[in-house]
Formats: sequence, C-alpha cells, structure tokens
Amino acid sequence: MSLMKRIRRRSESLPLNHVILMLLVLFAVSPIAMILFNSVKTSAEIGRNPMGFPEAIHLDNFSTAWEKGQFARTMGNSVILVIWTVAAELILGGMAAYSLARKQPPGGSIVMFYMLVASTIPVWLYLVPLFFTWKSLNLLNTRLGLILIYVALNAPFSIFLLRSYLIGLSPDFEDAARVDGANELQVLTRIVVPLTWPGFLTVGLVVGLGVWSEFQIALIFVQEPDMFPVTTSFFKFADRYGRDWSLTSAGAAMMIIPVLLLFLALQRRFVDGLSQGGVK
Amino acid sequence: MARGLTSSTDHNSLPPQEITPNTTERGKIPEGRHWTRYRLMRTIIIPWALMLPILVLHAIVVLIPAIQGIYYSFTEWSGIGQAKYVGLENFRRLLFDDLEYGNALRNNLIWMAFFVTVPFAMALFTASLLARVKTGGMIYRTLLFMPYVIPSVVVAAIWRYLLSPRFGIGSQLAHLGISGLDVAFLGRPDTALVSIAFADSWHFWGFLMVLFLAAMQSIPNDLYDAAKVDGANRWQEFLHVTLPGIRATVSFMLMTVMIWSFLVFEYVWLLTQGGPGGASEVLGVVIFVNAFRRFDAGYAAAQGLTISFFAGMIVLLFVFLRRRGWEI
Repeated sequence: MSLMKRIRRRSESLPLNHVILMLLVLFAVSPIAMILFNSVKTSAEIGRNPMGFPEAIHLDNFSTAWEKGQFARTMGNSVILVIWTVAAELILGGMAAYSLARKQPPGGSIVMFYMLVASTIPVWLYLVPLFFTWKSLNLLNTRLGLILIYVALNAPFSIFLLRSYLIGLSPDFEDAARVDGANELQVLTRIVVPLTWPGFLTVGLVVGLGVWSEFQIALIFVQEPDMFPVTTSFFKFADRYGRDWSLTSAGAAMMIIPVLLLFLALQRRFVDGLSQGGVK
Repeated sequence: MARGLTSSTDHNSLPPQEITPNTTERGKIPEGRHWTRYRLMRTIIIPWALMLPILVLHAIVVLIPAIQGIYYSFTEWSGIGQAKYVGLENFRRLLFDDLEYGNALRNNLIWMAFFVTVPFAMALFTASLLARVKTGGMIYRTLLFMPYVIPSVVVAAIWRYLLSPRFGIGSQLAHLGISGLDVAFLGRPDTALVSIAFADSWHFWGFLMVLFLAAMQSIPNDLYDAAKVDGANRWQEFLHVTLPGIRATVSFMLMTVMIWSFLVFEYVWLLTQGGPGGASEVLGVVIFVNAFRRFDAGYAAAQGLTISFFAGMIVLLFVFLRRRGWEI
C-alpha cells in the first residue's frame, strides 16, 4: 500500500465528516447552552425569546432560586453525601482492592465473581426490602443511611477499577520499601496510595458525580425536607399552575456548572472512568 | 514458644516484615504451630480483614434484601409487621388479573426497542466518523460526551422545556411556519413514552459512542488498508472491518441496555410519573407505587422478582447465542 493511498483514505471526505460531527455536537451541547442562557433571563424574556441568547443578564434569578429552592440546605446535604461516600468508598474499596490485587486471599476469585453478579442484580429486587430494613434500623431520612447505600452500590465498580489499576502497577516498589525496613502501614501510605492516586481520583470523580446527581434512592429513602439532596430542589419551582422556567434554569445552572467545570478540567479521567464502570 | 506467641500477637494488625520471601530470613520464621498461625495471619486473616468491611456492607444493602425480596414475593405484606405466606398468588395476580402490569411490561419492551436502535445507530454512526478524524477528535469526544455528566433531574427539566408546546422546539418551528409540532409531547398518550426515551437517550448516546470509539481505535489499521485494496467502499468497510472489530463491545452493551430497559424509572418519574393515563407507565413506576404508595410490598417484591427473571433470560439468551456459534 502506497503512502499516497493511505493519505487519501485518511483525508477522504473529511470536510463532510466535520460538518456532520459539528451538527451532532450542536445536538449534544445546545440544550445545555440553552438552559444556561435561560438562567439569566427574566420570565418575561423567556416568554419572548425561549431559546436564544439573553438580551440582558439578570443574575438575581440565582439569588431567588437559591432562596426558593433552599439550595443552601440541599447543596450542603449533597456536599456532605459526596464527601463521605467518596471517602468511605476509597478507603473500604481501596482496602478490598489492595487485598485482591496483592495478597491473593483464598476465595478472592469468589469475591470477584460475587461482585460481578451483584452488579447485575436489578435494583427493584432489593429496594423494597431494603427500604423496610432501613426503616427498622432508623436509617430512613438520615445521611448515614444514604451514604451506606451509595458506598455499597458503587463497591463493585470501585473494587474492579482499583484492583485492575493495582495489578497494572509493579509490586517492586512495595517490595523495595519492605527491604528497606518499612512496615506494612508505611508501605500502604507511602508507596501504594501515592502510586495509585490516579485510580483513586477516577473512582472519586465517578462516584462523586453519581452521588451528586442521584435522585432515585434519595426519593425513596428521604422524606424529611431537612435531609433532601440538591436533586430535589427542582420541585420547588413548579406548582399546579406551571413552572417558573427562569428559576428552574438558574437552579439547573447552579447544579451543573461545578460539574461541567470539573468535567472539562479532568475530562480524560471522567471519560475513562465512566466507560470502565459502565454505570448509567 | 513464648517468643513465637508474642511475635504473632504483636503483628496482629501489621504483617511482620521478617516474613518477606527472602531465603536469608527464612530461618527467623518460627517453626511448627506458630509458624502456621503466623502464616494464617498473613495469608488469610489480614487479606480478609481488608475485604470484610465493604463485603459486609454490600451484603446488608444488596444480598440480604435481594434474598428477602425473593421470600416476600410469596407473601402478602404491607411493609410493616408480619408477612403472610400466599404461595404463588402474587404471580397469578400479575399474570391474569393485573392489567397495569401487562401495560407497563409492554411499555418496557417499547423502551427497549427504542434504546437498542436509536442510540445504538447514532453512536455507531458517530463513532465511525470520529474514528477517522485526526485533528480535533478529542474536542468532539469531550463535547459529545458532555450530556452524560448532566444529572437526570436537569436533563428532565431541559427536555420538559424543549418538548413543551409553549416554549419548546415545536413552538419555535410554528413561528417559522412549520406547524403541527407544537404539541404537548409529554402530555399525549401516543408520544409520551417515546419522548421520555428520547430525552434519556440524548443523555446516554454520547457515552455509548465513546465506548464504540475506544473499541474502533483498537482495530489495526492494516485491516482497513486490506479492505481498501480489495476495493471496499465505506459501507462495506464498516460492515466487514469495523463492525466485526467492535462486536464484543456492541454485544455487551446490547445486553446491558436490554437489561437496563427493565429497570428504567427516573426519567419516567421525573417527566410524567407514568401518565397520561398509564401511557408511559413502566415496571419501575408500578413497583414504586405498589411498594411505597399503596403499601402492597409483597406484591411489589413479586414484580421486582419478575424483572430479575427477565434480566436472567436476557443473559441466558446471549450465552446461548454465543454457544450456538454466533460471534457476539
């Protein structure tokens, strides 16, 4: 095959490819842009101009939405849920992954198989009994109750990802440290954790995003307004007469802007982590 | 002996470093029974102690409730107090008496038909375009993936707006003179379900595309060169090189999406709660309502068990086709 032909194949109808891809990008991104535009419009302007660029920027939507959606409380709750879930997931999942990757415990392959099967058990099989178990344990309407569920549901993904990350890492560094007289705790904190941190970051991002966006479990397990996460703030902007779209959009913007910034900054890690997890 | 005992208890939490597999240090390892205890600690107790917390938590949240769920399927139970064993009554009810269940199951199948076609076709098409792009490929990938990181409540709000007759795409088209599309897509029985599926797949297809793209990028270039030499056009190239090259990913995702189609809840609940008149009701909504609104938890558990049955059937179908020599 000649070089010319190779080049021809590569560049063949490329302009058309770009045109189609740009249309698809428009399809993916313009709804997000639209809700960001609408977040700075007044209701009257949304009525006149439901999709275009804002004529003027009204930032008071944000303060009104912040008050009315009780974002101070719901965002606070969600931040607590994210931090504790991610911390517990990284520590407990990391311990299990380290054990599976490095210690070859007897029964380790059964644990892996269990996690694989468990991650395909339909949530509707265990959600109903879990609700009544949580009720009898007084874990309904508590942050701890939600955190425990989130940590457990993310366990298979976290263990698989961290384990495969550790397996890809040579144990030589750990052995060298042991030869130099480091104890096991030092090996873990000085060698394993620093070398594995990209894996931890990926798991933290994926799990954190999942908890920040989570709605279904929170809907079922929390009825106390004091404990509502940020995903429930949206219901405050609708009543039986309709929905206030400027406040809804401002609320949406407050919820997604941090996520989008983090995603753009660390997109490769997000994309790789999410595609390895296959989480929806 | 005393020395051996202390050394093994001393290291309860930390495996002793003398034990590193090193021939010169072998001699230091205590002999006999203590050596065994030592080894037990190092090879079984500590590794399992590291795995146990998350395994116990997972069992409490998933495994035990799943087993309870199977048990409650055969009972009449309000969620509080004693469950009353009723044998197969719940299953008889959902097979023969419950029109709601049949309707919801049909909607799940429509949902599945939508999801295994529309997002898959879009993702395959886009990934095969993007696989050829050399410059700017990363930017496209990032932007196309973006909807996947948007939380479901926001996706639902966006599409509730875009599909509304007053503000949405339809009304804009009507202003431009293209009438007929300014209808309440989510409020009409014939369009509600497909509209919800469309909103969900707007969020989902970029993710699928990235998976396919990654698989396509691992296909060796030589295969494309060979196809070129044989005079294949782009469609033939896609059919005979690209598709076989990403078959494993596609079939795995087909299986996953088919299973997910039975679990769908969030988008339906957020956009229509199953309405109008049950037109977008899916099994997830029916189970939710039965368990938490009607306190018919035993019956809800039975319906949940049927979802596990469908999921199991889908897995078996794929295993069976693979055994039969289908290369999926």
